[in-house]
Formats: sequence, structure tokens, C-alpha cells
Amino acid sequence: MSQTEYQSISPADFFYRNREIAGFSNPSRATYTAVRELVENSMDACEAQRVPPEVYLRITEVDDHRDTETKIYKLRIEDNGTGVPSEHIPQTFCQVFYGSKYILKQARGTFGLGGTMAVLYGQITTHKPVQVISSTGGEIHEFTMMIDIQNNRASILKHIIRQNPSGWRGTALELQMEGDYSRIMYRLIEYLKQTAMVNPYADLTYVDPRGRLYKFERGTEKLPPLPQSVKPHPHGVDVETFRRLIAATKTRNMKGFMMEHFQGVGPTTAEKFLDLADVSTKANPKTLSPEDIVKAVRATREYTGFKRPDASCLSPIGEELLETGIKKELNLTEEDYIKVVTRKPSTYLGFPFVVEAAVATGRTVRKTHGAGMTIYRFANRIPLLFDESSGVVWKAANKNINWKTYNVESDTSLVIAVHICSTKIPYKSVGKEYMADQPEVEKEVTNAIREAARGVRRYFNRRFRIAREHRRLNIFGKFLPVIAEFSSKLAEQEIPDIEPLLAVVSTDIPEVEKKLKEVPEIVEDTSK
Amino acid sequence: MEQSLTGLGNLIYEQITNHEFPWIHMQSRSTDNIMYDPEERQYVLGPRMIRRHSRNIRHIRPFTQLVWTAWFAKELVMHRKTSTLREVYYSARGHRDIEYNNQQESDNIITDMEVALNRAREDFHIFPEERSAIFGDLTIEYTVPGYEGRRTNLTDHPDGVMIGPAVTSSEFVETSADKVLVVEKGAMFTRLVEERAHDKFNAILIHTAGQSPRATRGIINRLNQDYDLPVYIFTDGDPWGIHIAMVIISGSANAAHLRGLTTPDAEWIGVWGTDIIDYKLPTEPLTEFDHKRLRELKNDPRYTGDIWQRELDVFLKLEQKAELEAFSRYGLTYIVDEYLPAKLGS
Repeated sequence: MSQTEYQSISPADFFYRNREIAGFSNPSRATYTAVRELVENSMDACEAQRVPPEVYLRITEVDDHRDTETKIYKLRIEDNGTGVPSEHIPQTFCQVFYGSKYILKQARGTFGLGGTMAVLYGQITTHKPVQVISSTGGEIHEFTMMIDIQNNRASILKHIIRQNPSGWRGTALELQMEGDYSRIMYRLIEYLKQTAMVNPYADLTYVDPRGRLYKFERGTEKLPPLPQSVKPHPHGVDVETFRRLIAATKTRNMKGFMMEHFQGVGPTTAEKFLDLADVSTKANPKTLSPEDIVKAVRATREYTGFKRPDASCLSPIGEELLETGIKKELNLTEEDYIKVVTRKPSTYLGFPFVVEAAVATGRTVRKTHGAGMTIYRFANRIPLLFDESSGVVWKAANKNINWKTYNVESDTSLVIAVHICSTKIPYKSVGKEYMADQPEVEKEVTNAIREAARGVRRYFNRRFRIAREHRRLNIFGKFLPVIAEFSSKLAEQEIPDIEPLLAVVSTDIPEVEKKLKEVPEIVEDTSK
Repeated sequence: MEQSLTGLGNLIYEQITNHEFPWIHMQSRSTDNIMYDPEERQYVLGPRMIRRHSRNIRHIRPFTQLVWTAWFAKELVMHRKTSTLREVYYSARGHRDIEYNNQQESDNIITDMEVALNRAREDFHIFPEERSAIFGDLTIEYTVPGYEGRRTNLTDHPDGVMIGPAVTSSEFVETSADKVLVVEKGAMFTRLVEERAHDKFNAILIHTAGQSPRATRGIINRLNQDYDLPVYIFTDGDPWGIHIAMVIISGSANAAHLRGLTTPDAEWIGVWGTDIIDYKLPTEPLTEFDHKRLRELKNDPRYTGDIWQRELDVFLKLEQKAELEAFSRYGLTYIVDEYLPAKLGS
């Protein structure tokens, strides 16, 4: 007879057993995901510090005499960000669900999972420790650690403190992991390139396992404004959040509670809302019954008087920076056209979001991307490279827009880049590869692309006009010599110089035309 | 002729050397500038002029084609060669940037040149495809290269002589005929020759092969003007036959810019609507198309004369038409023995 055994597992243990849901499903994908998580953490750290990021990434092959495609790689990443205070270093890198991002503002990471997952994956595939060196400007702390998976905490093997005479600030991390570079090389470089596209103020340096150096240099020193941390919007709250706020509140009545803990709620709104929820304004939050809590949360969905969610927690890239980034990474020239649009903030399910779209076309685009449409997708400045056709951007660009309206044919070379920033990106999975088609998001994405496409239509119209003008000039260049040749043959003269006439048409000065004298008709004796 | 072409070349050459975009003035050929002149008894071009200007993006191609065509014509004239409309079209093809899309374009440019230089294309040695013929006692002297001074009498060949560039450009030396008889069909022409109608009526016979070519109309005009010969036209008794006669008499709108192609005193002698009744001719009913055409002709300014209006009304009333061959019901020679003497006598 067997007995069913019950046991609880730690979060680290859970992800150890289910690593595919975090994007570590196979050696090549794991290589990609590890790089991605670490680069994103570095970028966030730099932006928090308000310095233009300088991120250095190196992947080297560790020779273990294996003759398979799966190899051991050493992964090193360095940044010039805030640095992690020494007391937080062990948890930050060796404890799942520990982080600085559990607040309501836009950041690349959200789950406090990615960086640690890279460390965890490295450890379980190579059984090697991770090395973290970090400084917030003072002493430099160097940790060598492993994850105690069963207990979801760090076990520190070594901790060295060094002097920091040059005042270095930032973080460096080195780990070993099993991976497969050859299969993921293209995507990885594409990821870095697209990261450079939406982070035009960042310097990215990458040395790959074959010793090749990739440099993505910044095109500007300007950073977009730092997002502010905000209180939750009533529309986005659920019963659990509500309950936690009540547990933590110091307010004495529900009116004060609503005003204190939610954004955009003043005395009038609080009273009207509580009236709709059928909860007394004077009730003490701490003594609210579970039924009342459910009633109040339900009422947040029905009440229409709340202000739109505050968008100061968002940090769109901005039209200027996004244009800089795309032009820089796609090598657009004067012969190309790009239109960038940053939409006004909007909301879905109580979460604010901003959509930015860019549409580019032209000769370089045709050369590098060929005919047809190429889509780049970004969420909170992270490039999304997988599952394109499942995402909301693909749907908006391919299903919702009639491109003929914008003079775009099926063989027109077109680059569409869409960036969505939000406190909560509607990802469909923990792997963060594509965004779901929330109706509000879909509508905004569609409108953003449309707005940018209107610029493209103007560009095409202008180009058609220019082409027509060129044809016009060609016509003069084609016929005037023939007129000169045969009229001179008729007149039995040398061929006259037509350059002055061609000069007139190419400069197209209307006054010249006025100077043309009236010429008499051919007068010739017509008698028989 | 060379002079007028050289004149065109000089004009354009000077405009270019004066740093001006070359252009020329010419009468407009659009329908609202074509009007009937009752005094001249033919269509003429009105006073409206157009400029064909090489500065204009829509004009420069036809302008270039016009200059090329003028050069081509000058080559023809200088080398004493003749050409056809079709040949001019093919000569332009493959020739640098002046290609035509179809022959109609080329023909149009040639007409432009006629208007601009006030000359008929035959003067530039450009002829249409010829099918019409002439027969009768008329001695001509050729002027075409290789035949200069050679004479021939147009009775020499029983099939008649084709009215081509050689006949058109020849001098008329002498004739004993005292009238010209024009028929629209080759079969009737052959019948007239066989029945010695030229002797019987002392006539020069011409067949137009349908709507008469300009060269034929020019010959008819010369015979009428130079030798004072009255001209009689004998066509099918239907709107199309009537109009063949009318174009010989009063010209066409297409040739409104040309003179010397009409013979206003020529007479249409049949087949009339009244002939159908008088001779009890076998007939065919008018088609809807015939009907429409007859009504058009009734409102045409060329058809104002009494006889025209009367005959058009008869056809419309009878709802019938008759061909020249209808007289064959009385025997093959009836037309020469009975009908024509009666008509010419009246």
C-alpha cells in the first residue's frame, strides 16, 4: 500500500521544476532568456541612476571537451547602474521573488524572477556558483554564492570587500551555464540591436563566443523621464489588494481610506463611490466585513466617476528618442522616411498604458528588409522576438488596417515598430514574448499605427509628385535634342545648343517663361 | 515645297538659338473650329489658332514628331520619292524617341503638318493607299522620276489606270471628253468600260472605290476647273452612296484646312429615291443605321439644296434603298443604254 505524501516546495524549487514557463525550456532558448533577463536588469539599474547605460556583455565558451552542440558558457555582464546595496545582494540574485520592482511604476522586470532564474539555471546545469560584484559608490562587495533551492535563499561561499578609490558604481555578474549559442546567435544579436533601437541613450557592447565584437553605440545622451511610483487606481484593484491595504492602513474611516490609498480620489469622489458601494463613509476600514469588501471591490468596476489613471508612472520613449533609435539601428538615411507617434495615455482594466508607433519606409528599408511589412514589437522598452503572429501588434497591423488607404501596396517595404509601456503589460505568458489583444490596447495600437501611417501616405504622395517631376524633366531631356537635330537638318544648319533650355526646365523658374517672346506663325506663300 | 519645310526648320532653329522653347502657331482642328462656309461651298477652319509649344509637357512629344515628319517629308521631296501614310508610320517606328503608338497618331501629325504649312500631304509626296482608277480619253505627261516627259492616254489600259502619285503629279495634256462620270464601285466602272460608255457619252470615267481618296477628289477638281468639264456622280441609292457624292462636291470636315479638293458644281445623278419609284427598282429595306444616317444628313449644312432634301425625304418615306446593280433586272446594258442617257440628258 502506498501513501500519498504531502509536502510544500519553495518558489525556487517550483521554478526549478517548471523552468520552461520562465523561458528556460531548452539550451538555446535558455541562453537567450538568461542574456535578456540580465541585460534588462542592468538597463533598469542604469535608468534608476539617471545615467546613460553602458552595458558590457561577454559570452565565452568553457572548454569541457564535449562534442555536442550544447556547451558550457561563461556569461559576464557589467553595468554602470545604481549598484545593489551589499545587504540586498544575496537575496536579489539568489532568491526567487525578491526585488525592487513590486511597486506601481513602469519597469522592464516585474516578477523579481528573471535574474535569479538565470542564476538558478546556471547552477543546476553546471553546479558552479555565481559571482556578483557591486558597489553603490562606496566599498566594492564581491560575493560568490549558490542558491539553496529547497529553501529559496542564498548560500554565500565567499564575500570580499574591497576599497573603491575610483568611485566606481554599478554591478558585474558572472555565471556559468549550459547553452547552445549557434542556434540562438541570430536572435541574440537581433535582441541587442532592437534593445539599442528603443534605448538609444544606451551603449551596448557584446563579445560573442567566437570572439566577435558587437558595438551598439548610443545616439543620444538624453534619457526619457523617470517614471514615478503611484498609488493604485481603483479600477485595477482586486479583493486581495484591497484587504492588504486595509490591513496596512492608518486611516480611521472609509472616506479617508479611499482618499489615502487610491489615486485620483478626492472627498466628493470618495463619498459618491461609497454611496454606490453601499458602504458607510464613516465605517472603520479595520472592521469592514468580508461582504463589504467584496461589495466595495465590485463597485470599483461599476463606478464611472474615477479620473483616468495617472500616467506619471509611465515612461514612454518619446517621439524624438524613438526616432533616433530606429534611424540609428536601421541605418536610415535621407532617402528614407520615418514617422513616430506617441499616443496620449489610455487605460485597460485600471492600468494606464501608452502606445508609441513608428512607421518607416524608403530605399534603405527596401535594401535591408526587402518587400513587405516588418514588425518590431516592444513592451516597456524590451524587444519581443517570438510568437509575432500571436500578438496584438501583428493583429492590428495585418487585420485592422487597410493599407491601400495609405498608398501602401503588398510589396511596399515597410517597417512598423510599436512600443507599449504600462505598469502591467498584458503578457500572455511568464516568458514575456507577446502581448494579448485587450480591446483597449488593440484599439490604441491600431490608432497609433494609423496615425504614423498617415505620415507615410504624405511621404508617398510627395514621392509620387517628385517622380512625376523627374519624368517631366526626362521628357524635355529626351525630346529637345531630337527637335534640335531635325530642325537643324530642316534648316540646313549646325545642331543648336539646347543646354540653356534644359537649364530652364531643371530650375523651373516661371519668370523665364514670361520672357519667351511671341513668335510669328510660319508665313509662307501658299498659292499653288 | 522644300522652302516651306525649310522655313519651318529655320523658325524652330532660330527659336532654339534665341534660347526660347520652340513653338508654332496653327489653326485649331477641333470640331468647334470647323464650320461650313456656304460661299466656298465646303467646310473651312474657323479663326481660332492654337500654339503647339515644346515648353508644354503634353505638346513636346507631338511637336517633336511634327519636326521629324517635316524632315522626313523634306527628304522625300528632295530625293523625289513618294511614300504612303503607312510607310511614314513605319519609318518613325524604331526611330529614337519619336515612336508612335499607332498609325492614327502618325496620320494625325501629318494632318497637323498640312495645317501648319497650309499644304496637302500629297505636296509632301505622302499618299494614302490607292484603290481608285481613271479611264477615258485624257492624255497625261508624267513628271515622276524616270518617266519625265513620257505621255500616255488613259484609254490605253482597259482596266483603267490607278490614281496614284504618278497620275496625281502628271500634267494634263489634252482630252476630247466633254464630261466626267464618277461611279463609286469597281464593278460598275468595268461595266461602263465594257459598254464603251466613254465613247457613248464622250466621258472620262472615274471610280472612287467607296469614299473617294483626296487625290481622286483633286483630279476631279482639276478636270472640272482646268477643262471646264461637268462632273456627274453615280452612286448607290442609300445614305452612304449619297455621302460619297457629297464629299466630292463639298468636301469633308477632316479636310477643312485644304482647298482644291471640292467640286461644288458636280452633280449627283443617282441612284435617287425617285428612281426607285420611276424605274421600279428592286430594293432592300432601310436598316436602323441607314435611318439614323439619313436623319443626320438632313441636318447637315451641306445638304441644304432642294434636290438633297427632296431625295432624303423620299428614302425616308419609302423605307427602301437600292444599289447601282439594281438596274441589272432590265439586263446588263440597260444602265448604259437607257438610264444614263436619260439622266445625262435631263
